[in-house]
Amino acid sequence: MDFYEQDLGAAADDRTVQAALPHLVVIGNGMAGCRAVEELLARDAGRYRVTIFGAEPHVNYNRIMLSPVLAGEKTFDEIVINDRAWYADNGIDLIVADPVERIDRAAKTVTSRSGRTVAYDRLLIATGSDPFIIPVPGRDLHGVIGFRDLHDVDRMLAAAEKGGDAVVIGGGLLGLEAAHGLTLRGMKVTVLHIMPTLMERQLDEAAAWLLKTALEARGQTILTGADTAEIVGDGWVEGVRLKDGREIPASLVVMAVGIRPSVALARECGLEVGRGVKVDDHMVTSDPAVLAVGECVEHDGLVYGLVAPLWEMCRALADGLVEQPTGYRGSVTSTKLKVAGLDVFSAGDFSGGEGTEDIVLRDASRGIYKRVVLKEDRVVGAVLYGDTADGGWYFDLMRKGEDVAMLRDMLIFGQAYASGGGRTDPKAAVAALSDDTEICGCNGVSKGQVVAAIAGGACSLDAVRATCKASASCGSCTGLVETLLAVTLGDEVESGPKTMCQCTSFTHDDVRREIVAQGLRSIPEVMQRLHWSTPDGCSSCRPALNYYLLCALPGDYEDDQQSRFVNERLHANIQKDGTYSVVPRMWGGLTNPRELRAIADVVEKYHAPMVKVTGGQRLDIFGIRKEDLPAVWADLNAAGMVSGHAYGKALRTVKTCVGSEWCRFGTQDSTGLGVKLEKMTWGSWMPHKFKIAVSGCPRNCAEATIKDFGVVCVDSGYELHVGGNGGMKVRVTDLLCKVATEQEAMEYCAAFTQLYREEARYLERTAPWVERVGLDYVKRRIVEDEGNRKALTRRFLHSQSFSQDDPWATRAAGADRQLHHPMAEFQPMPAVAAE
Amino acid sequence: MIGDWIDIGWVDEIPVRGSRTVPVAGGEEVAVFRTADGKVFALANRCPHKGGPLSQGIVHGHSVACPLHNWQIALATGEAQGGDKGCAPTIPVKLSGGRVLLCRASTLKAAA
Ligand code: SRM
Ligand SMILES: Cc1cc2nc3c(=O)[nH]c(=O)nc-3n(C[C@H](O)[C@H](O)[C@H](O)COP(=O)(O)OP(=O)(O)OC[C@H]3O[C@@H](n4cnc5c(N)ncnc54)[C@H](O)[C@@H]3O)c2cc1C
Ligand code: SF4
Ligand code: FES
Repeated sequence: MDFYEQDLGAAADDRTVQAALPHLVVIGNGMAGCRAVEELLARDAGRYRVTIFGAEPHVNYNRIMLSPVLAGEKTFDEIVINDRAWYADNGIDLIVADPVERIDRAAKTVTSRSGRTVAYDRLLIATGSDPFIIPVPGRDLHGVIGFRDLHDVDRMLAAAEKGGDAVVIGGGLLGLEAAHGLTLRGMKVTVLHIMPTLMERQLDEAAAWLLKTALEARGQTILTGADTAEIVGDGWVEGVRLKDGREIPASLVVMAVGIRPSVALARECGLEVGRGVKVDDHMVTSDPAVLAVGECVEHDGLVYGLVAPLWEMCRALADGLVEQPTGYRGSVTSTKLKVAGLDVFSAGDFSGGEGTEDIVLRDASRGIYKRVVLKEDRVVGAVLYGDTADGGWYFDLMRKGEDVAMLRDMLIFGQAYASGGGRTDPKAAVAALSDDTEICGCNGVSKGQVVAAIAGGACSLDAVRATCKASASCGSCTGLVETLLAVTLGDEVESGPKTMCQCTSFTHDDVRREIVAQGLRSIPEVMQRLHWSTPDGCSSCRPALNYYLLCALPGDYEDDQQSRFVNERLHANIQKDGTYSVVPRMWGGLTNPRELRAIADVVEKYHAPMVKVTGGQRLDIFGIRKEDLPAVWADLNAAGMVSGHAYGKALRTVKTCVGSEWCRFGTQDSTGLGVKLEKMTWGSWMPHKFKIAVSGCPRNCAEATIKDFGVVCVDSGYELHVGGNGGMKVRVTDLLCKVATEQEAMEYCAAFTQLYREEARYLERTAPWVERVGLDYVKRRIVEDEGNRKALTRRFLHSQSFSQDDPWATRAAGADRQLHHPMAEFQPMPAVAAE
Repeated sequence: MIGDWIDIGWVDEIPVRGSRTVPVAGGEEVAVFRTADGKVFALANRCPHKGGPLSQGIVHGHSVACPLHNWQIALATGEAQGGDKGCAPTIPVKLSGGRVLLCRASTLKAAA
């Protein structure tokens, strides 16, 4: 017997065995139908022989990802859920492009359009829904399309290729995703919505208004209260006429006004049908041999139009099929809009009214709106716009009906804030989720499944995506999956946005935002209000908080010395032997005999073992004892010198070249501009150190293109460069823009500095910051928006008006003497306690 | 009179969440710390890592972060925390009527 014979023999055996099994026939090769089969196989793969009929000519794909396909963010291959191999491997007979047209319940057969008749023991109806097409004249014209399957997407893409105008009828989830995709594909899109506000079933007025504003900013026209009277055209669509007489031109009309459960087959064969095919808790229809699942069913008077309920239905259905019934009890749903950059979440009932209470948080400047609706101390609904991170948490509280009286005051700030104590750690919060908590809504993957995948060897996000599909679709659960990786594998995995430190579950950005949003004024207040888990922070969060407050409240905030690293407290750099180095400012690298003499004198007078020219065009005096610092400073002050902040997260040096005053190539007064820039920016506290340079021509002798802010002078003006770094990871600057005058160069420098001061994270230099937020963003804020640039400049100069006191002078005059002197000194014997 | 405890000054001469030093002639300098909750600790002013002056570090909770390489030292035991190993000698210290007292014997030991 050779290899092939044996193989064929085995296959034949398989078939005989299979034929003996009861036959499960599935109508509908969509999300629910295939999922039900997957669930069944997971429980008992050998129990049924399975045949699936699909009307579409495809394997099962993720329908909700059609929006990204339309938008060009995904390809069809990327949204396939079950490929051909899956059907083959599981012995499933897949019949595509051949819809079932008749069910004969008495004979227990189904017959397809091509005339194929197949007998069943159990039948599963999973026919989904059909788009509702409003019955207006012209609805049959070419170019009027629903948005339901890949064929619709292909037709939209064909129309979009020609460009022109598109009208989307329906301003719900589906319509807005269609409008987004078509806009990205280059069409000019008008959305017609019959109600006064968008997504009125998911959003309240405030959130809908924010959404409308954001969509309009992206170039869409949104007409609310728009009632379609007629679609006009001759063969092909040409436009839409509203009842008020307006006419909107269109070469494509997408109908996204709603869906109707696809129940024709069920109705014709006499099954009980309401709005959908009626099923019991085990997804069994009025005929015990016939089951139904998905959008086509009505359970307990409800029909659903989202995937999350399907997963639950499929579980109950499979449990029933293997005779371990559990039962489906209905679903509470939540929705998200999958449009990049627009975070919209809603769940439950937010109509308000009798006995309900609203908690609302608005952050107008960041476009954030959150509303949680309570009834008898339980969450019954939530609408989030702009920041949806806590959607899952509210949803969970709502589903579990938890009493939130204790959390009430902090509920709106989200889980991290409200849970306080031991649960401020987001990892702990995720670890505490129950195994059946759904992590990935798109693919219906529970926490238990993700953890099992990780335990099975999926040690990276990609591996998890490949193994259990969590986070593989819209990606909104990526953060959760990363946390699960971290919780399961410990520190072997890099997780998502980092919290500031172990004292808090907030990120730097969260803290900065809350300081401003809540008007927090001191470190203890921040720690109190943001639920720090340690009494007074640690050596990494304290300096950051001190800086954030200083930046937010110039002139008002009282600097906390104890929250500064020793260098900033002693205004000098600590050395490995505990002595200090002192670097006075030399404006733009210029000096004079008087300054040089004073430095020489200090070196001799205080026995400084070394004096050195630094890489920043000035002199560094090494080996000064902290006791001597005030006297050293007094001597330097006397010669007109001030602190060079060589020790600070602050403006360091402004390097210059000789420029037009001496150099045969110089185009502008680079030295003079450097001095002016240093006079403007010195003393400013920053997220990290900040260096400037000005070169007099493109030969760039001052190395301006590896500085945080660099100016390269040219004949016609000044090229402004940002985000350079010459340190550990060298980065060449990006060109911000070119300006004509010194005055402008100064203004852009101030604006850029302030933007960095206000928005970067503590210890993030401009190079990584610019890379993180993108040069385009910086340009938008500074170059393209004059008003904003001027406002930033104003804020910078305002803040500078409080920070340009020489810290050395005050110390030299006696302030904080104790920092430089021992508390007491004593001899071993006899003991003398002396000051 | 020479007591067992040496009076080195008022507690409020030490900044809250800060430290002062007490040089010991012929011996090792002592760093005296005051924490946010009003407690006082004393350690040799020398990090077990590479001798950094602990008195110059950021004080948080009952720990100090060494200013040189950020080791976290427990004030009560002098023990390096986290993964780091090493210990700074502790010197018994107490408060009496607002005065800070250091244990003479330990200071002497440090000096010896
Ligand atoms: C003194 C000086 C070296 C010299 O002898 O020339 C120096 C000395 C130190 N540098 Fe520097 N840097 C000095 C110019 C530079 C330069 C050159 C420049 O500014 O043109 C660079 C690269 C340019 C840049 O920053 O983009 C430079 C990149 C660094 C880095 C890496 C920063 C980065 O983002 O990658 C560090 C480490 C840090 O800041 O975390 C550092 C840190 C330090 C520290 C503060 C290390 C420390 O924490 O103790 C050194 C302090 C010595 C002291 O006690 O004064 N130093 N350092 C220079 C002082 C310039 C001044 O006048 O203020
Ligand atoms: C563009 C778009 C975006 C969406 N976004 C989201 C979202 O973000 N979140 C969310 O939760 N939900 C979303 N949905 C809804 C979600 O896709 C549906 O809830 C889900 O697909 C329903 O699954 P189902 O199996 O019941 O129906 P379907 O997935 O539609 O599957 C039914 C299948 O049965 C086939 N069929 C019908 N009749 C027959 C027949 N007689 N014979 C053979 N085959 C037949 C159909 O062709 C179809 O392939 C979105 C839907 C669309 C269209
Ligand atoms: S960059 Fe070089 S060449 Fe140009 S002005 Fe400066 S020193 Fe002269
Ligand atoms: S000397 Fe203290 S951490 Fe290195």
